[in-house]
Amino acid sequence: MSATVQRAMSGPVPKIRVRGLRKAFGGKLVLDGIDLDVMPGTSTVVIGGSGSGKSVLIKCILGLIEPDAGSVEIDGKSLLDSPARDRAAARARIGMLFQNGALFDSLPVWENVAFGLLAQNRVSRPEAKAKAAEVLSQVGLAASVGDLSPAELSGGMQKRVALARAIAAQPDMLFFDEPTTGLDPIMGAVIDGLIVDCVKRLGSTAIAITHDMASAQRIGDRAAMLLKGKLIWQGDASALLDSGNDAVDQFTHGRRDGPIQMELRR
Amino acid sequence: MLLDLVAALGRVLLGACQSAGSLALFALAGLSHVLRPPYYPRLVLAAVAEMGFFSLPVVALTAIFTGMVLALQASTALSRFSAESASASLVVLSVTRELGPVLAGLMVAGRVGAATAAELGTMRVTDQIDALSTLSTVPMKYLVAPRLLAGIIALPLLVVVADILGVLGGFIIATLKLGFNGPTYIVATLNHLETADVTLGLVKAAVFGFLIALMGCYHGYNSKGGAQGVGAATTMAVVTASVLILAFDYVLSELFFVR
Ligand SMILES: Nc1ncnc2c1ncn2[C@@H]1O[C@H](COP(=O)(O)OP(=O)(O)OP(=O)(O)O)[C@@H](O)[C@H]1O
Ligand SMILES: [Mg+2]
Repeated sequence: MSATVQRAMSGPVPKIRVRGLRKAFGGKLVLDGIDLDVMPGTSTVVIGGSGSGKSVLIKCILGLIEPDAGSVEIDGKSLLDSPARDRAAARARIGMLFQNGALFDSLPVWENVAFGLLAQNRVSRPEAKAKAAEVLSQVGLAASVGDLSPAELSGGMQKRVALARAIAAQPDMLFFDEPTTGLDPIMGAVIDGLIVDCVKRLGSTAIAITHDMASAQRIGDRAAMLLKGKLIWQGDASALLDSGNDAVDQFTHGRRDGPIQMELRR
Repeated sequence: MLLDLVAALGRVLLGACQSAGSLALFALAGLSHVLRPPYYPRLVLAAVAEMGFFSLPVVALTAIFTGMVLALQASTALSRFSAESASASLVVLSVTRELGPVLAGLMVAGRVGAATAAELGTMRVTDQIDALSTLSTVPMKYLVAPRLLAGIIALPLLVVVADILGVLGGFIIATLKLGFNGPTYIVATLNHLETADVTLGLVKAAVFGFLIALMGCYHGYNSKGGAQGVGAATTMAVVTASVLILAFDYVLSELFFVR
């Protein structure tokens, strides 16, 4: 059966299709056969314990970490197998917020925010600076912040600058690794609103990692839970709090007792 | 027992071959990005300034003192053969052929090789290099290629200065302390100075500059494991660059000067 026929039979093509993804570091298996589909214009939140491999999963999807096995297709094309030029074109449509911000500390904030635009030669430097100020205001930062260096910002401000950098080029795929961790509740809600806005208004496709259930339900259409290298549950984000899965229940309600045993001192 | 030893030796050898291979691939990838657009002239310029201009003080001091001590030792040694008059030529040949490029290279390896490894290493462990590739930028092209090119450009420029100051150091000691006649010393220097010596010294410098940048970039780019990993990368960058400079100095001298 040809791939196109197969696709015609299985309905719309997912924007992101992950199959059998495996990744081990040394002897430690982190991802053990992940299958995930993300439809165009929807957002999926990934939840899971600390160290369960959420960041590794997102980096594998982006092709920043080479998986040991499995495939990642974006718009039906594998990022890792495609030639460098196609990969660059695909990456140009991707925005990524790294868990620790990963701001370029040698550049002022505004150049960080406008980096993607400048790299694609889409704007002149003055235009880029104006655009950066605009995006900074969307994440609740004054334009004057643009002239500071990232090291002069608080942790929460760095996170918002990183978010501004991820969305500045209006990419059609967005990846957020803990976008609201370290922000106060009000700013968290503002950022959630901004992410929803990117998905709903611009029609972007998003994957977000979060530990905050309220935020997960605000951002996500779909949700998935990662445990011991597998996605043990996938469903609607609205069903997160009563999923019927014991492990998800324990996690989302933050209970100490349940199927998930934290590996504390023994 | 003996087999264990052979196996261990084999592992070490295999490891060495693997590192050499990955280093060669890294160098080739970096050089190919030097040649292909987009180019980053501003980054090349910044790297040339960092490697060349800001290394001037330390290289200048090294060169002057080396020239001075060389003149001192040369005249002592040559006087035993009543050949003090040859010390001008000894100084100028040693400086342009060997000491200028090698000492400037070693100094810059300590200064710039370490800084490059630390900067790229920090960028690696804080995900900044990954962030570059999600922002329509090829990290090898943005971070590595400009530095490699800058190494090839900056070190020869530094060595020109080092050559001049080294000879000047020799001249100062020869005339002020050892009683040489100034004009005679200069004429002797110029008579023994051949274009080939200087140009081949500059070729050496270009190779050393490339090696310094390559080692800094390679170890920084591939560092892992937080602050400790960055520290290890910095050490490795300086040590490997220094050893390679001395090894390549021998190889290039053998190739060019010995006929
Ligand atoms: N480069 C690496 N080398 C070795 N091990 C790694 C590497 N990156 C991640 N790991 C391991 O993979 C596991 C998953 O890491 P990951 O960063 O994906 O966790 P996470 O789910 O994002 O956790 P958190 O919620 O704390 O961010 C961890 O046990 C970590 O030790
Ligand atoms: Mg993480």
